[in-house]
Amino acid sequence: MIDITKLTKQADNKLILRGIDLKVKKGETLAILGPNGAGKSTLLKIMAGLIKPTSGLVKMKGLDLRKNANEVKKSIGYLPHASLLYDHYSPLENLVFFGKLYRVDNAEERAIQLVKEVELSYFLHDPVKNFSRGMIQRIAIARAIIHNPEILLLDEPHTGLDQGAMTILNNVILSMKEKGTTTLMVTHDFKQAAEICDRIIILKNGKIVDDFTVKDQSLGMVTEKYKIQMEGVS
Amino acid sequence: MNLLKSSLLLAKKDLFSEWKTKQVLVTQIIFASLVIVVFSFAFDPSNNMTKAVIPGIIWVIIVFAGVLGLNRSIVSEQRNETLHALLVAPMAPAGIFLGKFLSNFTMIIIVEIIAIPFLFLLFDFNMAGSIPYFILIIFVGSFGFVSIGTFLAALAGNSKSSEMLLPLLLFPIASPVLIGVTQATRIILSDMSKLSSALAWTQMVASYDVIFFVISLFLIDYVLEV
Amino acid sequence: MSMNLEREKPVLPETKLSETKRSYLPKVLLGSTIVTMLTSIYFIFLYAEEEKTMGAAQKIFYFHVSSAWVAFFAFFVTCVFSILFLVKRQRIFDTYAYVSAEIGVVFTIIVLTTGPIWAKSAWNTWWVWEPRLITTLILFFIYIAYIMIRQMDGVWDKKARLASVFGIIGFVDVPIVFFAIRWWQTKLHPVVFGEGSDQSGGGIAPTMLAALLISILAFTVLYGYLLNKGVTLENMKIKVEHYKEKLRADMEN
Repeated sequence: MIDITKLTKQADNKLILRGIDLKVKKGETLAILGPNGAGKSTLLKIMAGLIKPTSGLVKMKGLDLRKNANEVKKSIGYLPHASLLYDHYSPLENLVFFGKLYRVDNAEERAIQLVKEVELSYFLHDPVKNFSRGMIQRIAIARAIIHNPEILLLDEPHTGLDQGAMTILNNVILSMKEKGTTTLMVTHDFKQAAEICDRIIILKNGKIVDDFTVKDQSLGMVTEKYKIQMEGVS
Repeated sequence: MNLLKSSLLLAKKDLFSEWKTKQVLVTQIIFASLVIVVFSFAFDPSNNMTKAVIPGIIWVIIVFAGVLGLNRSIVSEQRNETLHALLVAPMAPAGIFLGKFLSNFTMIIIVEIIAIPFLFLLFDFNMAGSIPYFILIIFVGSFGFVSIGTFLAALAGNSKSSEMLLPLLLFPIASPVLIGVTQATRIILSDMSKLSSALAWTQMVASYDVIFFVISLFLIDYVLEV
Repeated sequence: MSMNLEREKPVLPETKLSETKRSYLPKVLLGSTIVTMLTSIYFIFLYAEEEKTMGAAQKIFYFHVSSAWVAFFAFFVTCVFSILFLVKRQRIFDTYAYVSAEIGVVFTIIVLTTGPIWAKSAWNTWWVWEPRLITTLILFFIYIAYIMIRQMDGVWDKKARLASVFGIIGFVDVPIVFFAIRWWQTKLHPVVFGEGSDQSGGGIAPTMLAALLISILAFTVLYGYLLNKGVTLENMKIKVEHYKEKLRADMEN
């Protein structure tokens, strides 16, 4: 599904990514862990087509991200830290706009249904700027999956969420997984990572230092492996 | 075709949000009125000599009111990083440029429709020339100014002080348009016997429009890269 | 996917490049600048005949025209390297574009100061709204804007990318500006100053022409020298930055 070879990214003389090789199978849920400045968000942004890599090749669904940008982008849902929503627009207007941008049929119906799924139906017509962080994040999740993406890229989705929003997010990820969606998730939250994800990679200084599968949602195993990596070098 | 559809959608989104907030358009129109009032202090409206500066005033209004809106159209996309949302969507950067251009162009036309009759009214200006030609030259001039303006606004938007940078980038680059349209407007408003020379100016501005519109479409990819 | 994308780039490819060149090129350039400059000064002040009406003040004309030529040439070089940068994305092209634009601005300032001095003695007015002068003025503003883009905060490759785009747009604009202004001026008051500012009372004496050509050559060589020095300097700055970055990374680990 995703095939990354020898990916590097250099900004201001600093190598942020130093040769990433990564293969992700269809339907896999992958968590990317690592300390600050390890290049996690950069990696996600490159996959979303937001940043151009300095060198290397990114293939999704067998298509080159550079050459078939539009085709690839259609099947990617990207949820970064910012909400990517228009403040003075209501959830409905936001979702309909993005739905139409992704050429979703019946964008309006789909938008109403999604707002219902994230349990904000009462606020369907309120401008987003009056919302709390948790509510905005719920709409942001809905925005990221409006076009039923085959690949979901999440950048620290659990940060700053209330319990309700957290449950909704996890439900969304799990139900998308059932549909066969591949999910990549940058996170600091080991508990969520262990619960949701099948596989975890640890990124450090722009390199993948560990890559393992999670069994039985074991949080202990994840923290242990992470500790080994972080202490091993410093 | 997809490109055009996406850009129309984007333009519609911008105009609809403007319709809801009415921030930019109202500011632009009040600003235009203020410019007219300030000019009435500088040039006595009852004096016949003032008629000579009317073409200049028209373009001063369009240019300065335009810069306000151009900067705004890009800066508004930086809140919540919605520009990134447009970039990860299946839509070429050229589509974003086109959409922004369409909404900016529509807004400046609305400003012109309100401000120019207001100017003529306050300065008691009797149109000597032909109205269709006048509309044509305003249209062609605004097109060129807004297209290069949208492009440079996207460029300046990367800076923290984009509202200061944009005029510095835009005015020298747009100088051929400004020379052309002020000349053509002056001729059309006062002396219809020189119509052919006004049309020649219009042609020059039109070719500028085409050249820079095409260049902008090509280069916008590099400007919008993150 | 092309091969060069897969090749991992060395962190600072350009420093090596400048080191190998340093041995002889700047010296050659410096030497030829001195020689051509001295020759051109000899030609300007001793060889070329004095203009009848303006006298010695006319000598400034050689510097004026040569500076104008260098300025235009420098901006052309900026445009070429901007395109190269956008295609290849190597920092060295951006450095060349930037240094060349800076030199261009300096020479534009020389044009804009010598112009009025010349105008005062030729037409008895400091400034005339003459096509070439206005074009030069607008050119000056365009490249001041170019340098302002470089002063933005942010990572270098973003600034380089935006500046390159503006460098291309700016250079494309120049002929259109010139054309528009010339047209505008001739429409208002047709042909007041003959062909333009270069010609003093019809035609140019052969000795003057020789002096002009030699001073243009001297200025071009000077430009080459400045470009080389400027790029070396920029590369050193980049290198220092790079070492600092390394040091910082070492301290963190």
